[in-house]
Amino acid sequence: MAARKVETPAQQQVPIGETSQLLRELVAHLRQNRTQLREEWARRITRAQLLTAMTEAEIFAEATSVYDNYVEALATGTFEALQAYARNLSERIIPRGVETHEVVGIVLLLRDVLARSLFAKYHEDFNKLNRILDAYEPAANRIANTVAVGFVQERERVIRQQQEAIRELSTPVLQVRERLLILPIIGVIDPQRARQLTEQLLRAIRANRAKVVVIDITGVAAMDSHVANHLVQTVEAARLLGATVIVTGLSPEIAQTLVTIGVDLSEMATVGDLQGGIEEAERLLGYTVIPLSEIPQKS
Amino acid sequence: MEVPILKQGDYLIASIQSALTDADLTQLRESLGERVGRFRSRGVIVDVTAVDVMDSFAVRTLRDLAHTTWLRGAETVIVGIQPDVAFAMVQLGLTLKGVATALDLEEGLAFLDSQVKHRRRRV
Amino acid sequence: MSDPIEAVMASEVTIASDVDVVTARQRGRELAAELTFSRGDQTVIAAAISEIARNILTYAGRGTVRMSIKHDGDRSAVVVVARDDGPGIADITLAMRDGYSTSGGLGVGLGGARQLMDEFELISAVGEGTTITMRKWHPRVHAR
Repeated sequence: MAARKVETPAQQQVPIGETSQLLRELVAHLRQNRTQLREEWARRITRAQLLTAMTEAEIFAEATSVYDNYVEALATGTFEALQAYARNLSERIIPRGVETHEVVGIVLLLRDVLARSLFAKYHEDFNKLNRILDAYEPAANRIANTVAVGFVQERERVIRQQQEAIRELSTPVLQVRERLLILPIIGVIDPQRARQLTEQLLRAIRANRAKVVVIDITGVAAMDSHVANHLVQTVEAARLLGATVIVTGLSPEIAQTLVTIGVDLSEMATVGDLQGGIEEAERLLGYTVIPLSEIPQKS
Repeated sequence: MEVPILKQGDYLIASIQSALTDADLTQLRESLGERVGRFRSRGVIVDVTAVDVMDSFAVRTLRDLAHTTWLRGAETVIVGIQPDVAFAMVQLGLTLKGVATALDLEEGLAFLDSQVKHRRRRV
Repeated sequence: MSDPIEAVMASEVTIASDVDVVTARQRGRELAAELTFSRGDQTVIAAAISEIARNILTYAGRGTVRMSIKHDGDRSAVVVVARDDGPGIADITLAMRDGYSTSGGLGVGLGGARQLMDEFELISAVGEGTTITMRKWHPRVHAR
């Protein structure tokens, strides 16, 4: 479930015109004091032991970009550029091993550093300080939120990509003979993986013009009724492509699941083990299998 | 859009070229039924390679088609169902049960040859 | 900034003949392709649209199918809204059950479409027509 964007309600104690005037003043202050504030921030990051995966030079470079984007977001009141930058930044630092708490941490530190400098500047005018903070806080919170959410979304995207790659790798469809494919399934099958399996197998049937497919589920520990349904659908879909499916390695538990969901096992071709399944497949394809022992040996 | 039907010896081959409307499918069923009777064909191949979606109406019509031709003495085989079409079909619960299917035209012809040779009747 | 793609890609197809059923499902496939759904899922979406569009034709004679894209955080959906002013469905549970159809045959229709999509809502009353809303989700594709 994706993180929801939380909109902090703007405190409308100050008329909008004045808010934007205050923000302008604020932004000007932040730009004027850019160098010191940036350094103060970088110091705080190191003290808090964040971004340990990066060198000081790298931290400084990124800090500069983040600072400028932060102030820009405050200045324009729009966040698209910041969002794009956050995704960009995440793309670069995720492979470096930077974690979510670090990204959230540094953005919050920046917020604190800037807030402190506002205290310092306006401490003699309490009213003005309050008004400036009223303008600053909602914007600062939204910025922190934008950057954090952008980072998390990018992480989730990367994880999904990796999962996809793993799934592809773990469901190889093997062609062992002409017109015969073997699909050994190992491990846990969730509905998404089951669907991907089916799509891959069907494409392989077409590409290899397979007439027989042996699906071996010896390596599958358990199967709930949803996945069992997927298996049945796979068998039916393969038939639509003109291929016969032999299921091997059916454990008594899985056989029971299939019966429970209404599968007529006498309709599904099943053989005890993979070896037997391959032999049956070859028989269907018209091959005759001769055991080694029966082949005349040269003396 | 009418579907072209070729006569190849004892067989009729209908190649569906593109997205068919319900009316086109119904028309195909009638044309093939009529021609099987006229030419005393022994086999019918319906090539759906170019079909991108098979919904319940299409499946129903193809089943009716196979039944009609069978009543007139011809075996029907559907060939060329695309992988993702097959994928969607089984999720919709459309299995074309009772109708022969093959990978492509070549396989379809081989199937018909074996069926006709043994004079086997599909029940 | 509202996503410009969202505005451009919405489209409505009037269903009045079987040709429109084909048009509607092809449009649905295009939208699904924009969201980078796999070919299998594109076909699934097209099939679901085909079923409900044909349903409109069979029972109401005329209606509309509106298709659009919706973004929600890190995922996006193809949204299909089918509307008709037909006789309405008297017994919705019965109509949704797999294999049900008053006009005979397979009648996979509504129940089948529900199986294919992630979300499925149906509002109908006798004499008041029918509105079906369905969605299928996909992880969001960010413009790079």
